[in-house]
Amino acid sequence: MTSAKSPVSRRGLLTGGALAAGGTLVGAVAVAAARSEDTTAAPAQVPVATVGEAIEPFHGVRQSGVATEPQAHAAFVAFTLRPGTDRAALGRMMRLLSDDAARLTQGRPALADTEPELGLLPARLTVTFGFGPGLFTAAGLDERRPPSVVDLPSFPIDRLQPRWSGGDLLVQICADDPITVAHAQRVLVKDSRPFATVRWVQQGFRRAAGAEPGRTQRNLFGQLDGTANPKPGGPLETAVWIPDGPDWLRDGTTLVLRRISMNLETWDLLGRTDREFSVGRRLDTGAPLTGTAEHDEPDFAAVGPDGLTVIPDFSHLTRAHVGDDRFRILRRPYNYDGVPAADGTADSGLIFASYQADIARQFLPIQQRLAERDLLNEWTTPIGSAVFAIPPGCPEGGWVGQQLLG
Amino acid sequence: MFSATSGRFTRPAVLLTGVLLAGLFAGCGSSDDDSTAAPSPSATAVPSANPAAADGALTVQDPWVKAADSGMTGAFVTLVNNTDADVTITGATSSVSPMEVHEMTMRDGQMVMQAKEGGVVVKARSEYRLEPGGDHLMLMNLAQPVRAGDEVSFTLTFADGRTQTFTAVAKPFTGAQESYAPGHGEPSHAPHGEPSHAPSASHSPTP
Repeated sequence: MTSAKSPVSRRGLLTGGALAAGGTLVGAVAVAAARSEDTTAAPAQVPVATVGEAIEPFHGVRQSGVATEPQAHAAFVAFTLRPGTDRAALGRMMRLLSDDAARLTQGRPALADTEPELGLLPARLTVTFGFGPGLFTAAGLDERRPPSVVDLPSFPIDRLQPRWSGGDLLVQICADDPITVAHAQRVLVKDSRPFATVRWVQQGFRRAAGAEPGRTQRNLFGQLDGTANPKPGGPLETAVWIPDGPDWLRDGTTLVLRRISMNLETWDLLGRTDREFSVGRRLDTGAPLTGTAEHDEPDFAAVGPDGLTVIPDFSHLTRAHVGDDRFRILRRPYNYDGVPAADGTADSGLIFASYQADIARQFLPIQQRLAERDLLNEWTTPIGSAVFAIPPGCPEGGWVGQQLLG
Repeated sequence: MFSATSGRFTRPAVLLTGVLLAGLFAGCGSSDDDSTAAPSPSATAVPSANPAAADGALTVQDPWVKAADSGMTGAFVTLVNNTDADVTITGATSSVSPMEVHEMTMRDGQMVMQAKEGGVVVKARSEYRLEPGGDHLMLMNLAQPVRAGDEVSFTLTFADGRTQTFTAVAKPFTGAQESYAPGHGEPSHAPHGEPSHAPSASHSPTP
């Protein structure tokens, strides 16, 4: 289907910077030539980053990997702290892990990296640290834990499995290259070993880098996923980042990570119309059933010829809809796709990562409405759940969590 | 195939053990008299930082030390000489252990470790790497555990009497075991098939 389109325009999307710099609008060979000219003959120009060389910041007021344009690959690694890993030990661990992240994200091998060649292509690598409830306890700092950073209340739809739930420390690793993710995971797991054991790892993926720039991602039901995210800028600012409070929390956020199994077998039984009713949007454009474009405002009052609302009351769109940015969540989901059973039954789903300034104010009301009455519940099942405080970032020379643990 | 494999592991290990002992008899720990002169609080507490670069003879890059509970361990660093004169390092000290500068050298067709005679020369406008499997700073007998994430101060002494201090962070590290394994490196000590709980026998996972 896409092969009918011109390969030049596709490449243009990927290498627009190179084309602009080189002033050439032809095929791949010319693009490559323009790129090499950029780096040698025109050092004053901003070098065109390939997918592998692109860099996201590590040091800063806020951690990367939250508002960052989602990378193609992710590994969410949750740890259980070993008995005896106290506040001082946590500080030593975060010093090590922050240093690993600071280097690898910038395309430098980690200290004592046993595979330094794998550390040279960051591919927009971000490493984001999250503190689970158990970390506060281990540090003797229970009183500083934000009240809503605690296991979610159980919902009737939940079928949570311990192997995908909980965790004292989260390391979220995202990059546009899967080898980069694998190497970063290896380095970070090795350096955490004196302090913690691996509790679970959830690996997920989105479209490849540059495959669909600027588009909302699709889940494995074929639905656009994340349309209602707060827009970059003010709305995202309001929804995600903690604006005040103690310095170890300000400019941080919270993460609810849910593993949601999606039953492709029963979803297969639905016709296209029913699928669109269940979510309240068209599958092709993602437009609400009352509109024509993805970002059209849904009209929940619109009534069809049959006297029923065009967007069903029980649709996912209706139940999850939030009007005010203060109550929105930032969804940054990744697909997972396990190995099918012998009979072909899929093991597919979503690693649903939701960031919000306040879980109680933003996430829980939405989750409550969805759990009560969302037609999608018929085909989706939460099988894992974990909650983390995402502390602010750290300056060069510092480490993540220093304000809390230092 | 089996015997060939085990032969590959044991032969250098036996040789290294001999060299280690030889090194000890040859005066390892002779830098004791310097160690007290190295309180060396670092200006910053940053593993990647380079506190000595501004005023030292050398630029210190990426220093780290292998975490260990006791016995011997190694420290590694890249030293960059940005001046037009050679710099000779005659000794190294640390508050946690007597130290030696060790080199890996070819002897009878084998890489072996030995104390570096006459110190280390960092040539003008060049860099000198102390790394696993190569030259390294040897901590001969830890007075206290060096735990992962700890910061350890080291002081280098130069031929002209100047000193330079830097701080290295301790990393869990299982590589290059043959260089440090006290006693003898049995094949079972080789870095394969490591248990997930305890990465190596030489440092238990106590935080």
